[in-house]
Parts: sequence; structure tokens; C-alpha cells
Amino acid sequence: MDYLIFKAPILMVQASMDGILLGILFALIAYGMALQWGVMNIINIAQGDLVIMGGYIAYFMYVAGIHPAFGIIVSPIIMYFVGWGLYKLVINKVVDRDLFISILATFGISILMQQLMNFVFGADVVVAQSNFGTTMLFDNSVTLPNSKIFSAIVSVVFAIFLIIYMKRSKLGRAIRATAQNARAAKILGVDTEKVYAATFGINAALCGVAGALIAITFTLHPYVGLPYTVRSFMIVIIAGLGNLPGVALSGMGLGVFEEFADYILGTEFRIGAVFMLLVLILVYRRFKLSRKREYLK
Amino acid sequence: MNKISKLLVTILSAIALAFTSVSSSFAKVEGEYIVLGAAVSLTGKYSTNGKHTQNGYNLAVERINSKGGVKVGGKSYKFEIIYYDDESNSKRAAQLAERLIKQDGIKYMLGPYSSGLTKAMAPVTEENKIPMVEANGASRSLFTKGYKYLFAVLSPANQYLEVAIDLAVEKNGGKPVNIAMAFEQDAFSQDVRLGIVDAAKRTGSKITIDDKLPKELNDMAATLAKVKATKPDVLVVSGHSKGALTAIRQIAEMKVDVPMLAMTHCDASKLAKQHGKKSEYALCAAQWHKTLSYKDKFFGNGKKYDKDFTKEYGYAPPYQAAESSAALLVYKDAFERANSFDTEKLRNALAKTEMQTFYGNIKFGSGGQNTAKPMVLFQVRCKGDTCENKVVAPTKWASAKLVHPVPSWSKR
Repeated sequence: MDYLIFKAPILMVQASMDGILLGILFALIAYGMALQWGVMNIINIAQGDLVIMGGYIAYFMYVAGIHPAFGIIVSPIIMYFVGWGLYKLVINKVVDRDLFISILATFGISILMQQLMNFVFGADVVVAQSNFGTTMLFDNSVTLPNSKIFSAIVSVVFAIFLIIYMKRSKLGRAIRATAQNARAAKILGVDTEKVYAATFGINAALCGVAGALIAITFTLHPYVGLPYTVRSFMIVIIAGLGNLPGVALSGMGLGVFEEFADYILGTEFRIGAVFMLLVLILVYRRFKLSRKREYLK
Repeated sequence: MNKISKLLVTILSAIALAFTSVSSSFAKVEGEYIVLGAAVSLTGKYSTNGKHTQNGYNLAVERINSKGGVKVGGKSYKFEIIYYDDESNSKRAAQLAERLIKQDGIKYMLGPYSSGLTKAMAPVTEENKIPMVEANGASRSLFTKGYKYLFAVLSPANQYLEVAIDLAVEKNGGKPVNIAMAFEQDAFSQDVRLGIVDAAKRTGSKITIDDKLPKELNDMAATLAKVKATKPDVLVVSGHSKGALTAIRQIAEMKVDVPMLAMTHCDASKLAKQHGKKSEYALCAAQWHKTLSYKDKFFGNGKKYDKDFTKEYGYAPPYQAAESSAALLVYKDAFERANSFDTEKLRNALAKTEMQTFYGNIKFGSGGQNTAKPMVLFQVRCKGDTCENKVVAPTKWASAKLVHPVPSWSKR
């Protein structure tokens, strides 16, 4: 076995750290998706496009001379209203319909957003500079960009904040009640319409935060949203709905798995490997489910 | 009576139809205009480069027309282009090629932007025996299919970075080097890769890392960690604008030291502007640079082209615009040599093209690729915070000396 990663075990540390930092960021996007999927039963194909739009907000702050890291405050505020507006315009018409309809509707929103962003922001690939520098570990053999560390910390802070908000605030409780049983919540006086709009807004705001972080760690382009949608979708599938620690774990796990797949199988198979894992997990789930059913019989 | 009138209507409309098709088959030359057809990406992901392509075409049309036009059969004609927007979509590009030829009666085509779209259009123009001079499809596979009506003014993709390997070997005292490379999985980047593989074979160099980056990938950390661990002499990266920007960002952030970094798309991604000092010392392949000393009587030279283009469109021309302008110069030259509007005669004249334009020498190989023009390499150099591209190879046009090896990050 002539694998570089076994010859230089320090690479395992690098790979794990890279995977974890990347995974946390993806988990934040997946968290938003899990939230509105759980509450509204909508699979949002435009999730990645909301992320990219949030990223452009941070980018334009950078162009205007403001440090793009402040995007993590400005971007979610603007994106909340974008999400709220999208709900009022489109999503409220599909919210209690078939899942397929919602996929179609959000797919439409996704295409529209891509074209609009292309029209307004241009088709160039852009980056925002944070100039955060680098953290070096183990005598310079493991290097971690501070922008990635910053992203991970910000993601964790926002996730914790949201968990507390969901538990303690009135709106948070209303959201959880609606997720458990929308009809019962309505009977007990919860304005579910408002709850839905707020949920979609919160999801968009989370996307805004993630987008601002992506602007300083990766690149932005109007058409690169889909990979973020697919990745967050996978994280949610693996973690299951309403399982927040699960989302964080599955995000990081997938990140690390992908990095190791890169070293062992080759870069061209890293995304393929993640999808294979998804298939295996789904097959295993089905297998477990069928056994349970037999038992119930 | 009723039957007869029906018959009459049928016959009349048949004649009318026949006439329209006849008249449209003459639409290639209308009055004093020679009409060319083009599908370019005005919307969608290639819209920036599509616009460069269109501006390049338009500037050349304007220039040729104002300088006496095209002389065929003792009469002077002007160029005119019919444009459609292909939406950066290859299926749409193929449909539009069909439409231009079948409905608009176009007999002479200009290429779209990108290898992928050119690949989609070429079978259509080939089947209809319509010559296409293209300026933005460099993929090697375009020139190995035996197309007879396709002519490209640009150097094929496999030549993009071969020069860099030769340069690295030369700097290594003629000894073989260790090459690490990362290429996106698309037609163009993989062709660039083939060129490097050939160059490695030729020079006896060893490829230590050969990563193929999936298109969806935004992160090159794993590849760069491998590069750090194996310490190659050259790192070659190609993956369009996204690849170039990602590579520079992460090389700087991970402090990856390599003696030579060679890439593509530095121009298109505005690398020097977006990354500033982080991009310093990167070597970039380009089809054209304004400081090259080629000349023609329409644009003068590269610097004049740069000035005129900037005046007209408000930004400095990237090579995508320059090569597009060159395509029109090729058409003019071929029309005058063929002295005819016949597509076969024109095709034969195109095949025999041998000329110099401000953009470079043009002579087509048997596959339609331009064999007369070398690629240029420039290196990003910074003074204070402003960074510029300086030509370093071929040495004939070099405006700066190659900095080799690249200073390590701890010393920058």
C-alpha cells in the first residue's frame, strides 16, 4: 500500500482538521434546512442559492471597504427579509401541499435566483479577502487558515444561539409546537402562518451567515449554489430530522470522510465516495426499518 | 371552382415558399453585406467571456468595414454579424447553429465562447459544410475529429502550460523535475493536463501528484497538503476562474512553498486584482498579451489594439477579445484570396491561410488548429499593492525576468 497518508501520518491530522472545519460550516447550512424541512415539510432546493446570495452581501461590503467578516451580522438580517418575502410570495402557496410540489417550486426559485444574481452581480468568480492569516501546528507541518477556524467558531456560536432561542423564546416554542403538530398548534392559538414565515426567514438568515463565511473561505459565483444544497440535504438525510446534534456530527463526519477519501481513493472520487456512503446508509436504514416492521407484525 | 381555387392557393403558396427558401439561401451576402452568424453567451455562466467575444468580433467588423471592407470580385463588401444568445448552454448552441444555417441562410459562421459550446456546434456546421472560424474553443478533441470546416485561431489547450515544464527543466540545469498537478474534470483542463503529461515524458520528468478535481469542489486543501508533503519542483493548476482563485487563496493561507506555480485563467479571473500580493510569482498561460510585437494593418499592434478596445468598451481587452477580433481578420483574408462567396472555395482558402495579425501568426494545421503561434507565459509581479502581468516567456518578448524559485512564504 503506497499511500501518502500512511507514509506521512501527520497528513491524517491535517485531513481531520480540514474535514471538521469544513463539516461544521456545512452543518450550519444543513441545520437551516433541517429546521424548515421539519417545521414546514419543504425540501428547499434553493438553499445553496440563498447561501450564495448571502455571500454576495458580504462580498459587496468588502468591495465598499468594510471588512467582510461583518457580513456575518449584516447578511443574516438582509437574508431574513429575503426569506420572509419568498415565503409570502411563493412558499405559502405550497406549504401544505405535496412534497413534490414544494421541490418544484423551490427548484424554480433556485433557477430564478441564479439568473438574477448573474444579471445583477455578473458572471465573474469573486472572492472577499479577510487577511486573517494562518495557524501553524506541529512545527509548520499542519497549516490551518484562520478564516476556516473563524468560520467554524461562528457557525458553532450561531447554532448554539439558535438552540437556546428555540427552547426559551416564545417564537421558538411556537415553531417547535408547529413542527410537532401544526393543527393542534393552530387550535391552541399559534399563528402558524407567522411561524412558517419566521422559520423560512430564520433558515435564510442562517444561509446568509454561511454565505458570508464562504465569501471569505472559498469563492462565489452565481451558479455554484447547488453543491451546497446537495451537501446539506445529505447531512440532513444521514442525521434525520429534528436531530440537531446529529446534524453537527454528520456534517463533521462527512467532512472528514471526504478528506480521507481524497487521500486514499483519489481526488476524483471524493464526492463519489460521499454519495456511495449515502447509498449505503439509506440501504442500511431500510434494512433496519424492515426488521422493525416484521417485529411489529 | 372551389377545388380549383384551393389548388391555385396551394400552388401559389408552394411557389412563395420556394422563393423564400431560395432567397434565404442567398442571405449570406445581402447587398453590400457579407453576413456572418454567431451564437455567443450573453447570459448564463459564460456571459462575461461571451461579452468579450462579442466585443472582439464587433470591434474587428467596425475596423475592417471602415478600412475599405472586403474585396471580392472587384467589389467592396462589408461584414455584418447576426448574433443569438446561446445562454451558455451547449444544447442551445447546437440548436442556434442549426437555426442560423437553416433559417437565416448563414453560410459563414463564427465560433461561440468555450470549448464545450464549440464542440456542440461543430458537428452541425460540419454536416452542412459551413466554414466556422472560431476563437474560443481550445480543446484538443476539437482538432482530432477530422473536421474539415473548423478553423481555430488559437493554440490548442495541450500547449497552454507545456512551456512552463520546459522552463522548469531549464532552471533545474536541464535535469528532469518533479511535477505536482491538479486539474478540474472538464474537457479543457484535462487537455491542458495531457500537454503536461507529454512534456513530462519528453523531459523525463516525474509526475508525483495527479489530482483530478471534481467540478463541484470548492476546496483544494487536500491536494495542497499533499503538495506540501511531497515538495515538488512545479505545481500546475488548471480549473477555470474558480480553480485559479481557489488555488491562490489556499496556497497563500496554507503557506505552500513551491519553486514554480503554473496556472491558467489568471486573466479571466482577474487574479492579480482580486488576490493582489498573494498571487505574486504565479506563472500564467495566455494566448495573447498586448506587449507582443505582432503587427497588422487594421489594428496596428497589440498596444494599439489595447488602446482602441479600451476606448470603445471601457475596459482593457482580455485575450478572449483579441483572438475573437483575429477571427474576422482571417475571414477577410480568406474571402479576398478565394475571390468568391462559394463555401467550398472559401474553405480551401481558409485552409491555406498564412498571415500575421496583431494577435499573432496564423496558419492552420490539418485538424484546423493554429500551429503558427506559441503560447505566452506571464508572471504576476507586484509593486507595492498593485500587481501586473509581465511576459516572461518566450524570451523573445519577455518584459521581465522570470523569478525562480518563488520566494518562500516566510520571506514574503
